Amino acid sequence: MALSTSSVITLNINGEKRTLPVDHRTTLLDALREQLDLTGTKKGCDHGQCGACTVLLDGSRAVSCLQLAVAAEGREITTIEGVADGDRLHPVQQAFLDFDGYQCGYCTPGQICSAIAVIEEHAAGWPSAVTADVRPEAGAPALTAEEIRERMSGNLCRCGAYVSIVQAVAQAAETEARRMADTAEGELTA
Amino acid sequence: MREFGYQRVTEVAGAVALLGADPDARFLGGGTNLVDLMKAGVERPALLVDVRDLPLGRIEPRGDGGLHIGATVTNSELAADPEVRRRYPALAEAVLAGASGQLRNMATVGGNLLQRTRCGYFTDPAKPCNKRAPGSGCPAIEGEHHNHAILGASAHCVAVHPSDMGVALTAFDAVVSYETADGPGELPLAEFYLPVGDTPHRETALPPGALITGITLPPAPVAAASRYRKVRERASYAFAIGSIAAALDVRDGVVREVRLAFGAVASRPWRARTAERALTGGPADAAAFAAAADAELAAAETLPHNGYKVTLMRNLVVAVLTELAEEAAR
Repeated sequence: MALSTSSVITLNINGEKRTLPVDHRTTLLDALREQLDLTGTKKGCDHGQCGACTVLLDGSRAVSCLQLAVAAEGREITTIEGVADGDRLHPVQQAFLDFDGYQCGYCTPGQICSAIAVIEEHAAGWPSAVTADVRPEAGAPALTAEEIRERMSGNLCRCGAYVSIVQAVAQAAETEARRMADTAEGELTA
Repeated sequence: MREFGYQRVTEVAGAVALLGADPDARFLGGGTNLVDLMKAGVERPALLVDVRDLPLGRIEPRGDGGLHIGATVTNSELAADPEVRRRYPALAEAVLAGASGQLRNMATVGGNLLQRTRCGYFTDPAKPCNKRAPGSGCPAIEGEHHNHAILGASAHCVAVHPSDMGVALTAFDAVVSYETADGPGELPLAEFYLPVGDTPHRETALPPGALITGITLPPAPVAAASRYRKVRERASYAFAIGSIAAALDVRDGVVREVRLAFGAVASRPWRARTAERALTGGPADAAAFAAAADAELAAAETLPHNGYKVTLMRNLVVAVLTELAEEAAR
């Protein structure tokens, strides 16, 4: 049986359905950039080592250079173009602006997508490699600078803007935690 | 990259039927290693069978205190699971020590066991490599081998297995379940990886076309006091140059039970049974830990640039077991 080596697929990207033909060898990264004109997602190493191509798949961060486009069909894909709410920047985007969390900006879309997920993973209580005690009884670790550096270690910045990136992620996490607390309070008083 | 067909499967029976029919086919899980090897030309499948939608994505506590982990559970899900963190903390620590957040979200437990060595000669098709091209030679023995094996290697291959997760699973006597077109089977992880010998291209005892469906961890109360420590050439996001999974049950200064497994020293996660035997029933002090490490590492065969691993592993054994003993005394 000769199997087809290409398919017509429909990807759900930033809430929009996009139908396109793909050679099965096409990565999600190349489909986004070369076929869908979504060039915010950047190609760095193309081997899953630098994080520049980070997107969200069903809300989880993933490197789009090792994700085959055909295997992404049926999943919710969010790229840097889809994280803002219209003209209102995502709090992580705003924090990167406020703290100058970049120099050349090439790694920034990946850093921001990754940071959005880092904040959610931390809020869900996930431990990291620098968490002193991973047992659930120990409770969730505080999102310290050390925790942020470890959790963001899959995103390289050749300009070395790490100090500002860590500050931006910490600030965005605080903003998000405050918003969550306000929402919970609002629900209690409603 | 060679062109390939793609099929997504939702049933285990369909998956093994597809692969059994085609020796040129590969299962696609997270793809974090396979897709990269395809880009390099090391893997050249004609068909990818995407198994991510199989109903194998659950972690189920067993009544006996053990756990069953489905093959498509992601590394992230495994490390975040409260029962894994409670019953086998070293397993959660091992998974968290590997790769990056992005890769852990994509990578699956089954795929982790089947990932290939990162030996630079294996991943470069322009170079000889007995694992990739049997009979072509092993340039690592005379060449770049500072991160190669010190235990269980052969004159044909000195590559190391890169998994962190597998080291903890080995310490805890994990059993791998698989399915083939002829029915299901099981392999203890201790028998899962084949000795290197003169067939480094044959890596596992899985039958051809077999699909890993899950991993069972038997109950191990000792694992509740366990730790994984990894040494690498930078602070994060790098493969180990040496690692250890350890669990210790010590009462009144005497070792009741101990589990030890080493990573990045052999072609497979290395269960240190000689050291375990030397320690069991004896004192839980630094001298005993060092002597046990020496007993295990007496079999080490080093190359000109990887002899440091013997010292590294000895120090890791002493440091981690001392920590666990001190915690037990509190």
